Amino acid sequence: MANAIVKEAWTGRLGVILAVAGSAVGLGNFLRFPGLAAKYGSGAFMIAYFTSLLVLGISICWAEWTLGRYAGQKGFHSSPGIFHVLIRHPMGKFIGVLGVIIPVVIYMYYVYIEAWVAGYAYYFLFTDKLSLGGDVAAYKNFWVKFIGAHENGFLLSDGGEVIWFLLAVFILNFIIIYRGLAKGIEFFCRWAMPALVLLALVVLGRVLTLGTPNPDLPEQSLINGLGFMWNPGHVGEQLLNPELWLAAAGQIFFSLSVGFGVIITYASYLTDKDDVVLSGLTASAANEFCEVALGGMITVPAAFVFLGAAGLAGQGTFGLGFQVLPLVFSEMPVGWLFGGMFFFLLFLAAITSSLSMLQPGIAFLEEGLGLNRKQAVALLGLLTAIGCLFVVYFSKDIKALDTIDFWVGTVCIFLMATVIILYFGWIMGIERGWREAHKGAEIRIPGFFRFIIRYLSPLYLITIFALFVLFNVFGWNPQTGAFTPTSYVSDLVGEHPDEVARMSIALIVLIIAFFVILIGQAGKRWDGLAADQAKGGGP
Amino acid sequence: MSTGGWITMILSVGFVVTLFVWCLSKVLFGREPTEKLHSLDSIDTRDTHGD
Repeated sequence: MANAIVKEAWTGRLGVILAVAGSAVGLGNFLRFPGLAAKYGSGAFMIAYFTSLLVLGISICWAEWTLGRYAGQKGFHSSPGIFHVLIRHPMGKFIGVLGVIIPVVIYMYYVYIEAWVAGYAYYFLFTDKLSLGGDVAAYKNFWVKFIGAHENGFLLSDGGEVIWFLLAVFILNFIIIYRGLAKGIEFFCRWAMPALVLLALVVLGRVLTLGTPNPDLPEQSLINGLGFMWNPGHVGEQLLNPELWLAAAGQIFFSLSVGFGVIITYASYLTDKDDVVLSGLTASAANEFCEVALGGMITVPAAFVFLGAAGLAGQGTFGLGFQVLPLVFSEMPVGWLFGGMFFFLLFLAAITSSLSMLQPGIAFLEEGLGLNRKQAVALLGLLTAIGCLFVVYFSKDIKALDTIDFWVGTVCIFLMATVIILYFGWIMGIERGWREAHKGAEIRIPGFFRFIIRYLSPLYLITIFALFVLFNVFGWNPQTGAFTPTSYVSDLVGEHPDEVARMSIALIVLIIAFFVILIGQAGKRWDGLAADQAKGGGP
Repeated sequence: MSTGGWITMILSVGFVVTLFVWCLSKVLFGREPTEKLHSLDSIDTRDTHGD
């Protein structure tokens, strides 16, 4: 087998910043953040939100960029390889399994959601399927049938249209990833991210000029919509609510893609002459701009203008995005265009995120098993296709998606982020980590971040994780003090277990076992290469 | 929209816009050129093509 080594890296700082920002900016920026801010009262929520940005988001982000670049200089670009370098112990590389399985498993269901937004963009721009009148129930029924949430196997047996969108976006992701880091991911993000911002600004312009579209309902005005989103409420009282802090920290955490395995992989392709401090901060700032200045100004105010406060009550991320907003756009003058633009920008946000989920897996298969890009893309494509088919088949009540999202897309990310911040602050040591971070840095990290990264970030993260487990696993009710295990637990071990939830956990365990075996093989390969190098033979 | 609402909105949106613009200006007009920070030959991703 005659392999020709192809060397590639980011072609410029702006490219890597846009790629990381593209990874971070996703559906949550435009759908989840506005809903949470309005639900908890934006005054208190934004205090908790910006505190979390400072203590969790930016701190872990800098740690992740620094550790990734440090290990990349030693020749490793996958999470297991990076931890093989960072933790000089035979078990070290196995900790890195989280940095591979998190993005790969999330991709399996995220690409399915990406297909929904692609479908909605197409329907708005080229059909009148989403002109369903002024009743939100019609949009709910449409969405339930579109994604097969009413019956397992519906999409595969009855040929739901979403399958074709899924096929298209799945293939598109792998075509881009096959082109490599610079010609694929970076090239795509260089035009997709500015296009996303531009589209969002156009939609924002439309929303801010809505005025009072129905003179019979003068209270449903844009100003009142902005008030519904931004009026602070009882700040002091709300700040005592632990659920608010959990929601704000969770939003920052997942929005910035920290602890995901993506930043550490992307940063590993930088050299110590390249800045990570300003780049990391800029990528985070780009995400915050999209989330607060665009998402916060578009989604909830637009929905309020057409539906009022009652129409927004109790809507989650999917309800807001796929039921309320389609109604809003269909009621709006030239709504087909603005609806199409909005869902296309969501599609761009989603695909720049899903691309980033593939690179950690590709990087591992290449450097761990010595596969070339074609082989790595084929193997990862097969694996993610199997997982994706599982999620699509068990589509009823999106149970498989929800279960995998909870255990991998939430719990595992907490674990990975904890490992990163503890390693940076305590094992590498804050002084050494500080020096590493500032190699090639264009700006200095303010000195007080030493204290934040070493003490506050781990403490805050562990506290938030403990709260998360109390609320979302044990079902703690702070008012009564009672514990009622949530469905994520009772579906698995309760009196009436859910078979789909159990199978989803089995799938996760199988994938983890698969990658642990591969990492074992990769370790032998890396040790062999190191021995060859020590003998002077080279790899 | 209450006065508190205006203040919350302006502070929140103003902060993220200012931060983003400041970062972007440092990246685009800072001391390092934006493009070609290092040679492509300087990193080996072990990315291989061919059979």
